[in-house]
Parts: sequence; C-alpha cells; structure tokens
Amino acid sequence: MTAENGVITTTDDEVDNSRRKFLTTATVATGAVGAAFALVPFIASWKPSERARALGAPVEVDLSKLDMGQMMTVIWRKQQIYIVHRTPEMLASLSSHDGRLKDPTSSESEQPDYAKNAQRALKPEYLVLIGICTHLGCLPKPRFAPGTPPELGADWPGGFFCPCHGSRFDLAGRVFDGSPASLNLRIPPYSFEGDTKLTLGVDTEKKGAA
Amino acid sequence: MRTLNRALALVLVLSAALTVGAAQAAEEAGGEHEGGGAIGDSWKHWEVKNEVENITSLQRGARNFTSYCLGCHSLKYMRWSRLADDLAIPEDQLDKLLLPPGDKPADYILSTMPQADAEAWFGKAPPDLSLMARSRGPDHLYQFLKTFYADPSKPTGVNNLFLENTAMPHVLSELEGVKTPVYKEVEVTGEDGKPHKEKVLEKFELTIPGRFTEGEYDAFVRDTVNFLDYVGEPVQVKRRSLGVWVVLFLIVFTWLTWLLKKEYWKDVH
Amino acid sequence: MATPATSYPKGFRGWLYKRLPVQEFVDDQLTGYYAPKNFNFWYYFGVLSLVVLVIQLLTGIFLTMFYKVGDATSFDSVEFIMREVSWGWLIRYMHSTGASFFFIVVYLHMFRAMLYGSYKAPRELLWLIGMAVYLALMAEAFMGYVLPWGNMSFWGAQVIVNLFGTIPGIGPGLVEWIRGDYGIADSTLNRFFSLHVVAIPLALILLVVLHLVALRRVGSNNPDGIEIKEKLGANGKPLDGIPFHPYYTVKDLVGVGLMLILFAIVVFFVPAFGGLFLETPNFEPNNPLSTPEHIAPTWYFTPYYAILRAVPDQRLGALLMFSSVLIWFFLPWLDRSPVKSMRYKGWMSRTALTVFVISFIALMYLGLLPAEGTYVILARIFTPLYFLFFLLMPIYTKAESVKAVPERLTYDAHA
Repeated sequence: MTAENGVITTTDDEVDNSRRKFLTTATVATGAVGAAFALVPFIASWKPSERARALGAPVEVDLSKLDMGQMMTVIWRKQQIYIVHRTPEMLASLSSHDGRLKDPTSSESEQPDYAKNAQRALKPEYLVLIGICTHLGCLPKPRFAPGTPPELGADWPGGFFCPCHGSRFDLAGRVFDGSPASLNLRIPPYSFEGDTKLTLGVDTEKKGAA
Repeated sequence: MRTLNRALALVLVLSAALTVGAAQAAEEAGGEHEGGGAIGDSWKHWEVKNEVENITSLQRGARNFTSYCLGCHSLKYMRWSRLADDLAIPEDQLDKLLLPPGDKPADYILSTMPQADAEAWFGKAPPDLSLMARSRGPDHLYQFLKTFYADPSKPTGVNNLFLENTAMPHVLSELEGVKTPVYKEVEVTGEDGKPHKEKVLEKFELTIPGRFTEGEYDAFVRDTVNFLDYVGEPVQVKRRSLGVWVVLFLIVFTWLTWLLKKEYWKDVH
Repeated sequence: MATPATSYPKGFRGWLYKRLPVQEFVDDQLTGYYAPKNFNFWYYFGVLSLVVLVIQLLTGIFLTMFYKVGDATSFDSVEFIMREVSWGWLIRYMHSTGASFFFIVVYLHMFRAMLYGSYKAPRELLWLIGMAVYLALMAEAFMGYVLPWGNMSFWGAQVIVNLFGTIPGIGPGLVEWIRGDYGIADSTLNRFFSLHVVAIPLALILLVVLHLVALRRVGSNNPDGIEIKEKLGANGKPLDGIPFHPYYTVKDLVGVGLMLILFAIVVFFVPAFGGLFLETPNFEPNNPLSTPEHIAPTWYFTPYYAILRAVPDQRLGALLMFSSVLIWFFLPWLDRSPVKSMRYKGWMSRTALTVFVISFIALMYLGLLPAEGTYVILARIFTPLYFLFFLLMPIYTKAESVKAVPERLTYDAHA
C-alpha cells in the first residue's frame, strides 16, 4: 500500500506485509467465530418452544371401547393418528399381496424397530399409524372392506385410499405399486400399558418421551 | 486538548464502571439482618442475598411455596417441568412431593382458588407471584413476610409493617407464631417547633409461639424469597455464567483488533 | 462511470463487478475516500450508532416472531419469550440494552458535533438530517417501551400522549385520534406496534442513509475544525487525510470491540441496570386503575421530562418541553463563531458548553426523581441554563476572542 499525500509515505518494502496478513487473518477468523456463536441464539429460537413441546407431550388413548374392525383418530403433535382394531381376517390378508407392494418389508419406510414386522405393529391386533399420505401429505381414507368400492378392483384386500392423487395402502399401511407415494405410511413411537392403554409419543423400549 | 480528551474519556469509563457496579449492587442486594429485638424503622433496611445458585435452598423454597402459598397464589408463567429441571428434582419426587393431584409436569403452576371467590373473601384477588421478586425486589418480599403482627382491629386479625392494611392473612403464623407490637412514647419535635409525645414501635413480643424458632423462621423466609427470586427470572444463573465466557472472548477479540490497528497506523505520520 | 473492461478481475468477481458498481464503490467510498487523520475518541460514536442500529433491527425482527400484540396477550408473550422460547431471554435483553446503548452513543455523537462545530457550514443539512434521526429514534424508543404493556408502559403512554392535548384548539381531538379510543387502549398498542416494527425503522434506515450521503458530500469535520479538502496533495487527495479503508475500518473495529464488551457486561450481568434500562414497575401488567408511585420515562427522555415538570402550568410546560427539543435544530445558525472547533474558541464558549453539559446531566438526573421540594427548585435553575446556552450563543460566539486556527491539522502519532 503506497500513498503519497504527505501522510502516508511508506513504500511496500517498509511495510511488514506478512505481519499485517497474519493479524488480519487472526482478527477476521476470531470475528467469524464470534459471529457464528452470536447467530446460534437466533437460529435456536426457532426450535419448538417450551409451550409447543408441552402441547406435543405424549397422549394416552383408551382402546377398550374400540371394536374389532373399527378405526379411531387421535391428534398427537398436530398429526392425525389412525388406530385400527384389526380382525383376524384383516391380519390374514396381509400376506397375500407382497408382490404388489413397493416396500413389502418396510426396509425403506419409517417406523420404530418394534413395528418392523409383518403386521407393522407392536401388538398385531392394533394398527397405529400416522394418517398422512407419504406422497404430498393428504389424509388417506379408510377402505377396509375387500373388493369395495368397485373402482379399487375386485382384488382390493382392504386398506387405505388417498383421494388426492390415488395412492393406495394395505391394512398395515404398506403402499401398493402404481401409487404416486413411494413409502409406507409412517408409524409413530408408542407403547402399551396393559392390553388397552396406548401411549403415543412414548417409545416401548426406552420408556422415555419421544 | 488531548489531555482534556483523555481526562474526559477516563471520567466516562470510570463513571460507567461505577454505575455498573452500583447497578450490580442494586440488582443483587447483599447483607445480613441483625438479630431480633428492637425494630423501630430498622426493618426497612433488612436485606437478603441473592442465592439463586444454591439449589438446596431453592428446593426448600419450592416446598415451602407449594405447602403455604400455592393455595392462593399462582406462578402462572412457570411450568412444573421447568422447576424440576432447574432444581434437579427427579420426576418421581416431583410427582410425590410437589405436583398437585391431577396436574401434569408440563402444566403451569396454578393455584386452585377461583379468582372471583378470592376477591369476595379477601377484598382483593391474591396476585400472581411469578414476577413479584422483579417488580418489588427480594428485600421487600423478605420484609413483608417478617413484619406481620397481631392487630385485632383487622378482619384477618393481623397487620403488616411493610404493606399496611394488607388483605393477606398471616399464613405462616403456625410457623412464626404471633407477634404483638409494643409501643413506647418518645419526645419528638413537631413542625411547629414544639416538642410532643409520639407512640413509636419499640419491639415485637412473641405472644403465641410457633413451631419454629426465630432463626428457623428466618431461614424459612429466606429460602422462600430466594425461590421467588429464581421464579422471577429462572435463567439468571445460566445468564451470568455464560456472560463470563462472552466477555472473555470479546476481550480477546478486541485485543486482536487493537494489534491490527497499531500495525496499520504505523503508516500514518 | 464505467471502469474499462481490461481492469476487471477474473472469475466471479469480474462477472459481479461488470454488473454492479462494486469496484467504484470501494474506490470512491472506502480506499479512495480520505478522512482527516486526527480523529479522536469522540469520532467512534457514528459507527457505533450504526452497529447498535443493526443490533436493534436483528433482535427486533426476531422478537416480532414471538411477541403477540394485544391487550390480553402482549405482557404474557414477553414472559413467554423470556422463559419458553429457546434463547428468547438473550434476544430480549439485547434489544432492551440496545435501546439504552443507542441513546448513549447518539448523545456522545451529538456532543462531538458540539465540541468541534460539525454542524457549521457546509454541514448544516447533515446536522438537520441527524436531528431528524434523533427525533425518529425518540419516537421509536417511546413506542417500543409501550409494547411490553407493563404498568409503566401504560402510564408512560398516558402521560406523553396527554401532552399533545395541550395544543390549543386541536389538542383533545388530537389525543383521541392518536389513541384511537377514550383512553390508552388496545388500539393504541396495536398502532404503536405497527409504527415501531415497520414504519419508523424504514424511516430510520432512510434517514441514516441520507445522513451518510450528506456526510460523504461535504466530507468529515475534524477536531481542529479545518477543512482538509482545501489543501490537496499531488494525487488530488487531501494532504491531511488518510484513506478510510484500511485506516479507519481498522480503528473503528477496536471501538466496536470495546463497545461490545460493555454491551455484553450489561446484557449478561446487569440487564435491568438498577431499574434504569428495564424499569421495575414494568414487571407488573398494565393496570388502568393503579398508577406507579413515580411515573418516569426511561433515562434518555428525562432531561426533557424535567423541563416539562419545572413549569407549574401544564400548557406552558409542554410548550417549553417541545421547544427544548426543537431548539437543537437551530444550532448551525446560532453559532456565529469564526472558528468551528472548541479548541480555538474563547473562554465564553467553553464555559457555556460546560454549563450546558452539567445542566443536561443534572436535568436527566432530576427527571428520574419525584418532582418535589429541592428537586423542583434545581430543575428551575437548570432549565434556564439549558436554554441560555442556545439563546445567548449568537452573542457570546461573536463577542469572544478566538485563537488562531493552524494551517495544517495537529496530529500526534501516539494519540
């Protein structure tokens, strides 16, 4: 840096450029670290607040009044949760159509470990899943009776049908070929106390809030 | 002129330092209260230390509050779960010892007394205490709880030196006991210059003893006030400890900028 | 003023420079802008004001994400931010501390102008724009203080809005129009919220940009009050000037660091600052039926508040108070001195400025206290002193003998 207005007359030789470079780098680096730390509170403030987390606390559901073949809907963490009390016929139908499913073993889909089985459930008679289509988020409708309605085809084993873009899921929430959705319906963390007391949001093994 | 500038700068920094120091003192008033006996006006100078890092004190205070205050006063901005986290209370203890039946840990700490009834019974609804320590100061809360005395002319049977004609009954009287004021006559010079006699509070006499000795009651009140201090701003301990690191970092950063400045300004003649 | 194509750097920078005047900006405003070499301590406060403005904008934006304006929700939402929003307490304290720091640096910035005559020709407009910034800042701070809807928020708003009722004729109607109701109410709160979050920040940013443009046009003053552009060197740049970048960018960084240290000390250790930055009555929700024991505005307004209360008549007091703010605008034309800087002015100006500073600080202190007894008497002494500084200025700046102003800037390399 050379300037000659009478104030600054240092030539480039006299200026210790390496010291300047070092100090500049050190200052800028420290400043950048400080700025990064300063950003943390602002970014973190967007995390769900204490209030949101309190409202998203585990939900207890009493299943004793849920008849066989019936479905109930519960809200947990602002999401629709479908709980189906499956009949033995419904459970039996699950093994008949693996060839028509995109992810029959649920290897790509999202569920807790204890639901990564043939029935996708902790207790086979209760199906617990998040009722949000894995395509673009609409709410699939229950169509449990096999073969009805006719538009679903005579070989329809029963399951869920999403009206928005036509995705189909079986009675374990697994997605059929030909659906726009590519993943099975998600299973939330849940656990049981006794036979009919379901707690959504509390994992079975860990027994801590999800 | 340069020396004037330097002097002014020094004065500014010193006054800033003094004001910060004074402000810090004002925010965390410290001091001890001399033993009981003669009161007069000395109660106005009673102070409590800020001991919010003392978790055991806070735990005792939480228990005191739940037992004696929660019946009428709520802490509507506090959740039980926050209390349990900050005061290191495990969930089963929270459930067993503090949590009112039917309340969940994530709930706000609310009194069950209906506001309308409270207003009818006491003439004034018992205020929420979440921010009382911030708006009145812990010293005043301490003075309030320590200066209840018997006053047969009041519907509650008590009055208070700090908050005259308070509508609040002396909920802690089973612990402290009941104090009766003892007055003495003193000569004072009035505004007209003539001396006359006036009744002045000399001391309190413990006419009905409580379960606690004076020292135990004092400790009880200090714990409770400390707890309310914490409730006023639960994050205060974390705030101060984080502050140490932030200021240290900034000092290092400023020192680097200073070196950088000096290096470049070698050019300027 | 396009730079020839041959001088563009390679790669992305060249692509950018061809489409935006980045290189020209650096050449004209940074490395090519020569500022006087003798800037001292008093010259930090402009850039520090800019830093605090940025802090307020950033923290303000984030507070608005969680604050819920409304008679029933405002106070609760502030406690929600303090307790339940991740790091909300820090963002809140930074904003409340920033408000007070803004006035500390702005007052010191204004004092610099008074010390060195930075308001004199050709910088009168620069001064006026700065005064407009000051007014906008006062409005912004006042409205911001109402938003937590604590008891001091409510009653402070009540008192200040009622002042407008003293204007003859239109007064009472004006007050109702400002409030949007028969008393300070939800409507007042809501419109203050909009003004505080959107309208005044936009105005402030515009005014600050205008302020910087005006500064660049006339060039900065300096402690000697000498116009450095009158003596140019061989390269066409002022002999007594140095390039703003890197010399003042690097020096200002030190000032910023020091201010941030003080800022952090307050935010983390004494955020309420003994009740000066966060007033204790405001930790209680607003209560239209109960006035706080002492209604006092925040410390940065109290000089004017003391002047208001010094006069026993409400209308006259309000008039005097408004005048005490507006008189600042006239400073460039009241100062008739042949020299700019206090370094070369006579003993009368020095005494007057000293008395003014003492009066300002005294009035600030008195405004925080109740208007009783000795305090009122003192306010009645310092108020005329405050005004006389301005009103007598045309006389004493002309009457006094001044020192000879040197040809070239005085500069100590070790300052």
